[in-house]
Amino acid sequence: MEYLNDEKIKNLELKANDIRQTIITMLLAAGSGHTAGPLGMADIFAALYFHILRHDPKNVDWPDRDRLILSNGHICPVLYASMAHAGYFPVEECKTLRKFGSRLQGHPHREWLPGLETSSGPLGSGLSQAVGMALGDRMERGRHSNRFFYVLLGDGELDCGQIWEAAMLAGKEKIHNLIGIVDRNNIQIDGFTEDIMPLEPLKEKWESFGWHVQEIDGHNMVEIVNAVNEAKAYFSKPSMIIAHTIPGKGVEFTERRFEWHGNPPGKGPTDVVPKEQQGEEALAALRTLEGRIKSEHE
Amino acid sequence: MNDPHLNPKLFDADVEQAPIRKGFGEGLVEAGEQDHRVVALCADLTESTTILAFAKKFPERYVEMGIGEQSMASVASGLAAMGKIPFFSSYAMFSPGRNWEQIRTTIAYNHVNAKIIGSHAGISVGPDGGTHQAIEDMGLMRMVPRMVVIAPCDAIEAKKATIAAAKWEGPVYIRLARDATAIVTTPETPFAIGKAEIFFAPSEGKATQVGIIATGSLVYNAIMAAKQWEGEGVAAKVLNLPTIKPLDEEAVLALAKEAGAIVTVEEHQRAGGMGSAVAEFLARTQPTPQEFIGVDDKFGQSGTPAELVEHYGMGISAIKEASRRAVGRKS
Repeated sequence: MEYLNDEKIKNLELKANDIRQTIITMLLAAGSGHTAGPLGMADIFAALYFHILRHDPKNVDWPDRDRLILSNGHICPVLYASMAHAGYFPVEECKTLRKFGSRLQGHPHREWLPGLETSSGPLGSGLSQAVGMALGDRMERGRHSNRFFYVLLGDGELDCGQIWEAAMLAGKEKIHNLIGIVDRNNIQIDGFTEDIMPLEPLKEKWESFGWHVQEIDGHNMVEIVNAVNEAKAYFSKPSMIIAHTIPGKGVEFTERRFEWHGNPPGKGPTDVVPKEQQGEEALAALRTLEGRIKSEHE
Repeated sequence: MNDPHLNPKLFDADVEQAPIRKGFGEGLVEAGEQDHRVVALCADLTESTTILAFAKKFPERYVEMGIGEQSMASVASGLAAMGKIPFFSSYAMFSPGRNWEQIRTTIAYNHVNAKIIGSHAGISVGPDGGTHQAIEDMGLMRMVPRMVVIAPCDAIEAKKATIAAAKWEGPVYIRLARDATAIVTTPETPFAIGKAEIFFAPSEGKATQVGIIATGSLVYNAIMAAKQWEGEGVAAKVLNLPTIKPLDEEAVLALAKEAGAIVTVEEHQRAGGMGSAVAEFLARTQPTPQEFIGVDDKFGQSGTPAELVEHYGMGISAIKEASRRAVGRKS
């Protein structure tokens, strides 16, 4: 992975803003879908697709590519938007999200869209799949394989028992090239995670399962890239990066509200912005930031 | 008439017996020798599902999951995504019972090449009781698009089915019975996924009065019932149907046309299993009176396999009785 410099950081932040605008545009066109998670994960996806991943959008079957497994398939607008901006398919096609015949299924399906590593939606199974892929990689290339397996998880889906079955297996097998990223945005459909089913102490949970764990600000490009570099340097354990994110990040009226988990602009809560103005206001908010999406903690 | 391809001692009182699951263990080792992409997973049941031989022979190609059937299905999906051919075994009650959604989404819907081995299927699990007797598994798997469903009739057929599954591109479910079962076939008996074979036919010159379609561990009982009928002057033909899906429509249709009455025999709920698959097909193509041998919407209980098969109406006399009813319904 290349070193970061100020210009690259700035470019990644601009990419994240492009991705956010595409997310809003595609959700508006679809009339359904999830807003909070995709906006909150835009910075991490920009870092992955434009800096971290070893991949080739024009050669999706390249055997040496890293694998990105999206476990929480419902945040696929951010995946699709990132892939489109990275050159996997035309950005314009994003407007077909969730429509009949579209390659951009409401939850991702591997066979519909080249470049997807798996199909997901039902929560809790992505980590197992990533562990399976990494074990298959080890059987072929041994314990020093240089292919990395990135699995993106929602914090809400950590309620699923299957996650912890997979966590135990990865810890037992000491899978060095498995890097998980939890979107720790503290919301799920019915409310805040700590009210629905408390996850804390989350870092200790993963550590006790045999993982190397880091906590980062999921909107800070430097922290994102540094955490992945540290994870790659850890050869004796799988790595989990708990990325603290703001759900709905980048559009003030969608931030930190679980009501935006499963609603698109135009169908979200109306106490701040009326429905018919939600799409335009979201896009305007993103455009006026002129690409300078700054971390809350900077 | 006994098929020349079948066990010559089939009708002997001391016919050799072996657990059907044993054939899977042997077949997997052979499949693993033939193809280095074959890998195996198990959820803490290596010995009883007979996957242990593979795990010992190819330890670097074996993953011990612990008691985690849900994760096992998805880990298998990941292995398949990397070009492996994973076989994963547990008791059918837990896989595909407990992990049905993971099988549906991460294997079948995701269209990867993974094989599900459900051992201890059927009521003949015996003393462990109703919790461990999977009698819904064929229905669960049959409903999933792309899934191949196989119920071998003996250990030899299970070995062939395992080797064939490794060569089949796509998801396959094989259900295996626990208890010692009579050896019906020989290594020479033909087997192909999607093909059914006549295992018993009436003597020369006798017109078939009833067609018995059987699968899995009860094929032996079906043949015995037909044999007894023959002595009593009724001509029954027995079709061994190891692949429930895709159904051998040609063979089923031919038997229905010839016999005019069908009895289906399976160690499964009557709802949703092989009998349902046959009825769905014949209703569209050749409506035929049909009687169903299987568990009638009940759960199992503890007992010996023989006691339970009798109690739930799947014994030889029950098959004969059902045949009589089927013949009586012919117009």
